Amino acid sequence: MGDITVLVISSIFINNIILAQYLGACPFVGTSKKMETAIGMSGAVVFVLTLAGTITWVINTYFLVALEIEFLRTIAFIMVIASLVQFVEMFLKKSIPSLYAGLGIFLPLITTNCAVMGVCLLNVQDELTFLTAILRSIAFAIGFGLALILFAGVRERVNLGRTPGPLKDTSIGLVTAGMLAMAFIGFQGMV
Amino acid sequence: MAKTIAQEFKKGLWDEIPPFRLVLGLCPVLAVTTTAENGVGMGLATTFVLICSNMLVSLLRNNIPSKIRVPCFIIIIATFVILVELLMQAFAYGLFLELGIFIPLIVVNCLVLGRSEAFASKNKFVPSLADGLGMGIGFTLSLGVLGAVRESLGTGMISGVQVFGPSFEPFEFMVQAPGAFVALGLLLCIMNILGKK
Repeated sequence: MGDITVLVISSIFINNIILAQYLGACPFVGTSKKMETAIGMSGAVVFVLTLAGTITWVINTYFLVALEIEFLRTIAFIMVIASLVQFVEMFLKKSIPSLYAGLGIFLPLITTNCAVMGVCLLNVQDELTFLTAILRSIAFAIGFGLALILFAGVRERVNLGRTPGPLKDTSIGLVTAGMLAMAFIGFQGMV
Repeated sequence: MAKTIAQEFKKGLWDEIPPFRLVLGLCPVLAVTTTAENGVGMGLATTFVLICSNMLVSLLRNNIPSKIRVPCFIIIIATFVILVELLMQAFAYGLFLELGIFIPLIVVNCLVLGRSEAFASKNKFVPSLADGLGMGIGFTLSLGVLGAVRESLGTGMISGVQVFGPSFEPFEFMVQAPGAFVALGLLLCIMNILGKK
């Protein structure tokens, strides 16, 4: 039990997927200009990453490893993620339209979010068991959401101020992200 | 015709140089640029995938139904990524270990998919090749420069050669995660200043 708590907490804060592992930087910069889009993207990532982490673990263990075709891992995982995203989109559109309207345009973007693919690959690389793989996927997704929402909040304030011309927009955004990453380094003392 | 091909090639080197002008494919940019060597290695791997997928997508552009084009592009890209993965395992094993999961992650590099979607699916074979080559070289250059800046400030050397002399105190912050964001942000700022002239 203690191990699992440590795993979850360190995945959210210490090994934060964006600020320490550098995964998912594109949506981090791209969807953080407004708080609303940041929340939508975080929701979609939590949803898809949990499912993708579970399914790719099963596929890797019972299919790729069992048949000794691990060299096809990249193509198998990306196909799983792409079709999963498509499936989730259709399912939500039909049965939970309100959630679909909320996540809407962010769902298709997740296919090319390296956070999703990255976590699936990391789960395989670290040879986690089924339960810990699921828990870590969820924890990473929460860490993604946390960093994205915090960053969006900071960025909205920064954009209100007067930034020197050449630093505008993405440039100052990246420097701000650096400051946020520095704050997250402080969590390293926790465990 | 010859002139436009040269233009397609050249725009990747300055006007639309990724990842500065087109903010795409940031994850590998941040993650592997702790040294100049890793940056260039990653850039070359991406360039290979970019050129091959641009060529194939451009050849097949009339045969791929537009509704399922994105999955088709992804399969094409994934094929070349596996090829790079196996080639690097065979011929550059040290670099392969160093870059780790970021090699399979070329598959989800938005730069590669973005060029397939925005350029190769609408243009003929030769311009697509030029576009892939230009973008790839631009990307490699950016990664090399960012890697060199971070490595020289963070460790005081580039590939084992002292840059600032023995009295230089390494600025370790630059090779850690926050340094990656700050260095990229500041380089982007410098690019904006230079671009204005």
